[in-house]
Amino acid sequence: MTMWSIVLAVLIAFFALYLSSTAGRLDRLHLRIEADLVALDRQLQHRCGATSELIAAAVFDPATTILLGQAVHQARTANREDRIGWAMSESKLTSTLGVALADPVDVEEMAQDIEAAELLAELAGACRQVELSRRFLNDGVDACRQVRRHRMIRWFRLAGHAPWPRSMDLDDLPPPGLTGR
Amino acid sequence: MTESIGTARGAVPLRVGLVCPYDWDVPGGVRSHVYDLALALKKLGHDVSVLAPADEDAVLPEWVTSGGRPVPVPYNGSVSRVTFGLGATNRVRRWLRQGQFDVLHVHEPIAPSLSVIACWAARGPIVATFHAAIPRSRVLLVAAAALQTALEKITARIAVSEHARRTIVEHVGGDAVLIPNGVDCARFEGVRTTGDQPTLLFLGRIDEPRKGLAVLLGALGPLVAQRPDIRVVVAGPGDLAAELSDLDPTLAAHVTSAGTLTEKEKVATFLAADIYIAPHTGQESFGIVLLEAMAAGTPVVASDIDAFRRVLEDGDSGVLFEMGDSGGLARAVLELLADPDRMESLRAAGRIRAAQFDWLHVARDIERVYRSVVVSDVIVTEDLRGQIVGRWGHAGREASR
Repeated sequence: MTMWSIVLAVLIAFFALYLSSTAGRLDRLHLRIEADLVALDRQLQHRCGATSELIAAAVFDPATTILLGQAVHQARTANREDRIGWAMSESKLTSTLGVALADPVDVEEMAQDIEAAELLAELAGACRQVELSRRFLNDGVDACRQVRRHRMIRWFRLAGHAPWPRSMDLDDLPPPGLTGR
Repeated sequence: MTESIGTARGAVPLRVGLVCPYDWDVPGGVRSHVYDLALALKKLGHDVSVLAPADEDAVLPEWVTSGGRPVPVPYNGSVSRVTFGLGATNRVRRWLRQGQFDVLHVHEPIAPSLSVIACWAARGPIVATFHAAIPRSRVLLVAAAALQTALEKITARIAVSEHARRTIVEHVGGDAVLIPNGVDCARFEGVRTTGDQPTLLFLGRIDEPRKGLAVLLGALGPLVAQRPDIRVVVAGPGDLAAELSDLDPTLAAHVTSAGTLTEKEKVATFLAADIYIAPHTGQESFGIVLLEAMAAGTPVVASDIDAFRRVLEDGDSGVLFEMGDSGGLARAVLELLADPDRMESLRAAGRIRAAQFDWLHVARDIERVYRSVVVSDVIVTEDLRGQIVGRWGHAGREASR
């Protein structure tokens, strides 16, 4: 009799340990997603900044200046809480940059100017970092979702009140003209 | 150039570069203006080249050059298909270099597309035509500086309407010459196909209250009472059944829908109508459809708004009724149908009036603007002041493409 209660107590203790460590793991995953999102936001702001600097250098014709300026403004002022609206604004900036810098030959010509070349390199870097940080965010979201789908975690409500993790879906393909820069 | 009818006596023909900011393959006001103007200028003996956005697989006449692939962009309340970016800049520059134009004529230079790029990339005699009325808030304040450099190079400004002229005065500064759109009268000439049954024609957006379909439908009662065989043809986009649902079914039976018409069908529909009705209740900037009806020999009964009053010369070349007055419309139509002599004289007067707005006349007015800015020995060249793109390696790039 005592034998069985000891075994039961040990089992319960192990189970409690499992639950608490899983809750801790989940918490870490949530924290990671939050950090990833902050990083992505920073990279997107960086891309806006690099685009603005390129615009300010007066390298573009007025039509491109107007449309890029509009896209940057919308991306920068997008409400971060409204994920879909935010993603749409950023995708719009991506597609506008894609048209503005469509051809590597044209970009190469612009890069003959040393100042322009520096700004282009910075923009190219910003675009690549946006791609990377978004991929990291979505990896974290996938991992977290997988854990949260687990039966035990749903039964014991280990995720607490944390909202269901949201991925960030946007078009972040760097402008074709900037490849290899 | 066999159909050339020659320029003014003793004047040398000009090399004209026209820039259209919107997709060449999509029908629209600015696009047809550029097309009709180009044809009319060619008839007058000038050498014309058009630069417009066009897809790579678009089939273009030899006098049209593509400025690049059109991209949809929200502009002035709707989505426009425009071209921009480094690629567009280079195409504009190449076109300018090859064209050696005496005058550069850009259309709608506040739209973010090829027109403003051409202004920015060129120096020399530049003429600009403003088409749309643009509300103050939309004249992108952020981009004011970028636009200013380009717009300041324009020597002469043309507005197609009083609304467009106000846009220039308020937002761009300076004044403009008012030269309205033209009508291609020859396109509307044809054998009239009206029958015994009196046919009235309405043309325009069905669900747009300003076009005034409701005023015409309100006149149906008295019209049918006097002329039981009368027929009303409604042509234009929108849901006609919904508009007719409130109407007595016996009256609604007199209304037929022609749907949305192609340009060709429009001509045939005008030729088959006894009277064209323009019951507009809002201010129109210009009555181009009235002139098209008149060119086809269809008498016009129109509401007495300012623009129509001007086109119809206060009732000399068409019949006016008080705006929004269905009873007045019915009386005007019935009087006219009962008086074949008046119908005949209106047909003749209408054709004469429409001819005054023919594209050839409009093109001559525009040619006068060209002559006033062209300086001998000065042609349109590239402007490379303070610009990075295009400064480098002209010759090499030209050869590699």
